[in-house]
Amino acid sequence: MTPGVALGAPSELELFRRAWRRRRARRSTLVALLSTLLFAIVAYLVVTSAPGWPRVRTTFFSPTVAWNSLPEIGAGLWLNLQVLLVGGFLVMVVGLLAALTRSLRGPAFAPLRIVATAYVDLFRGIPLIIVLYLVGFGFPALGLQGMPTSPFVLGTVAIVLVYGAYVAEVFRAGIESVHPSQRAAARSLGLNHRQTMRIVVLPQALRTVTPALLNDFVALQKDVGLISVLGAVDAVRSAQILVGQSFNFTPYVVAGLLFVLLAIPSARLADAVSARARRRQQSGNLL
Amino acid sequence: MSAPVLDVRGVVKTFGDNVVLRGVDLAVGEHQVVALIGGSGSGKSTLLRCASLLEAVDDGQVLLDGEDITDPRIDADRVRRRMGVVFQAYNLFPHLSVLDNVTLAPTVVHGRSKADAREEAQALLARIGLADKADEFPDRLSGGQQQRVAIVRALAVPPRVLLLDEITSALDPELVGEVLAVVREVAAQGMTIVMATHEMGFARQVADTVAFLDGGVLLESGPPAQVLGDPVEARTRQFLARVIDAGRL
Repeated sequence: MTPGVALGAPSELELFRRAWRRRRARRSTLVALLSTLLFAIVAYLVVTSAPGWPRVRTTFFSPTVAWNSLPEIGAGLWLNLQVLLVGGFLVMVVGLLAALTRSLRGPAFAPLRIVATAYVDLFRGIPLIIVLYLVGFGFPALGLQGMPTSPFVLGTVAIVLVYGAYVAEVFRAGIESVHPSQRAAARSLGLNHRQTMRIVVLPQALRTVTPALLNDFVALQKDVGLISVLGAVDAVRSAQILVGQSFNFTPYVVAGLLFVLLAIPSARLADAVSARARRRQQSGNLL
Repeated sequence: MSAPVLDVRGVVKTFGDNVVLRGVDLAVGEHQVVALIGGSGSGKSTLLRCASLLEAVDDGQVLLDGEDITDPRIDADRVRRRMGVVFQAYNLFPHLSVLDNVTLAPTVVHGRSKADAREEAQALLARIGLADKADEFPDRLSGGQQQRVAIVRALAVPPRVLLLDEITSALDPELVGEVLAVVREVAAQGMTIVMATHEMGFARQVADTVAFLDGGVLLESGPPAQVLGDPVEARTRQFLARVIDAGRL
C-alpha cells in the first residue's frame, strides 16, 4: 500500500467475498470436526466391543503396571537419548564429509568419489538391524586390541553408518540445489574450491535441506531403540525385561509412548521450519 | 598500443558438436573499453567465460599481462583474483548482506583486515549511491541496485580487467541507465573493460573498440563510429539493421 493514500471502507463486493469465505470456512471446520468425532466413536466402539477387549485392556493398558515400570523404562530412555545426541552429531559430520567427497569434481578425485558413492549405496541399502548385528557382534569378534565391546558404542557406530549415508544424500541434494552461477560468481572473485563451498555453497544448501534433516532426525529418534538388539539396556530392553517378569505387555506401550513424546517437539520444529521456508518462497495466498 | 592487458589468440571452444568459438583473436590494451556485439549464440558470453577461466578453451591461448592463463600449470585461482566479472543475473550471494558481498573477496582472498575492507566497501557503495543499503540483503534491492552492487563487488579489489557479461539484459528498461552510469564512471577512471552488450548506443558512447562476433568468428572490429556507422561486412550491416528495427540504436 502506498503511504499517504487513505483507503476508504471496503466495497460491497469485497464485504460479500469476506462473508462468503467466512461462511465456507465455518462449514469446513464443522464437517472436519464431526467426521473426526464420528470416526473416534466408531473406532472406540469396535475395539471395546471386541470379545478379547477385557483381556487386552488388562495386559496392555494396566495403569498400575504402567506406573511401576516408568522409572526403569525412563532410565533406559536416558541411554537412548545419549545415543541420539552423540549419534545425531556424528551423523551430521559423516554425512557432510561423504556429500562433500561426492561433489568433488575432476578425475583426480575419482577414487575418493567412488569410495564415498560405495559407502552411500551400501549403507542406504542394508537394513539397519543387519548393520547392528554385523557391527555389534562382528567387530568384537575380531578380537582387536582396544576394540570397544559396549553395545552403547557399537550401536551408535552402526546407527551413524546407516544414517550418515542417508544424510549424505540430503546434503548432496542441497549442494546441488545451489545454482552453478553462485559458484561461478565466487570463483571469479578468486575464492578457491574450499572457500566457495564453505562461504557460498554450504550456507545456502543447509538452509534448503534443514526440513529434510529434521525429518531424518525424527526417524533417528525411534531407531535408537534398535540398539536393544545388542543387549544395551535401553527403554525397549527395559520394557522387554519387565514384560518377561510380569507377563504383562503394558511396559511396551509405556516405552512406545515415551518415544512418541520424545519425537513430538522435533516434529513440530520440522513443521515450523518447512512452513517458514514455504513462506519465504511464497506462491500467493490462494494456493 | 602498448602490450595488451588481455590478449585472446585463436580461441576455440566447443560444447559437444556445437562449435561456439572458431578461433577468435582479440587484444585489449590498458584503459581500453571493448564492446562485444552480436546476436545471441554468437559466442560473446562464451568468449568472456573463457577469458575469465570459467570455461577451459579447446584451443588457442588467453594471455593476461603477457602470461598464458590457459596453461594448465598456472594457479587459476590466482589468475581469477586479477579479473573482475559481472554477470547478467547479478549473482550476488543471497545469504550475505550487501556489505558482506562486497568485502568477501578483499578479506577472504586478499587477506585485508575486516575493518579496512568495510571502510573501503562503504566508500564504494556511497559512490554508487547505495550507502544506506549496506546492511540489506540482496533480495531487498531492485535489479538495478543489485547489479550496481555486483559491479562494486567485482571492483572491491581493483582488477586488471573488468569483464561485463550482458549486465543490463535482465533489467527493466528504466533501470538500465543507472547501471550504465556506473560503468561509464568506471571506464572514465581508466579501468580496462571488455563488455558483451546489446546496448549499441552505450557502446558507441563509451567503447574505444566495437567487435562484432557472428557464429563464433570475430567478423570485424574497430572504432564504434566505423563498425556501428559504416560496417565493412554484410553480416554486420544486416545485424545492425535488425537492431535498428528493434529500436535499440
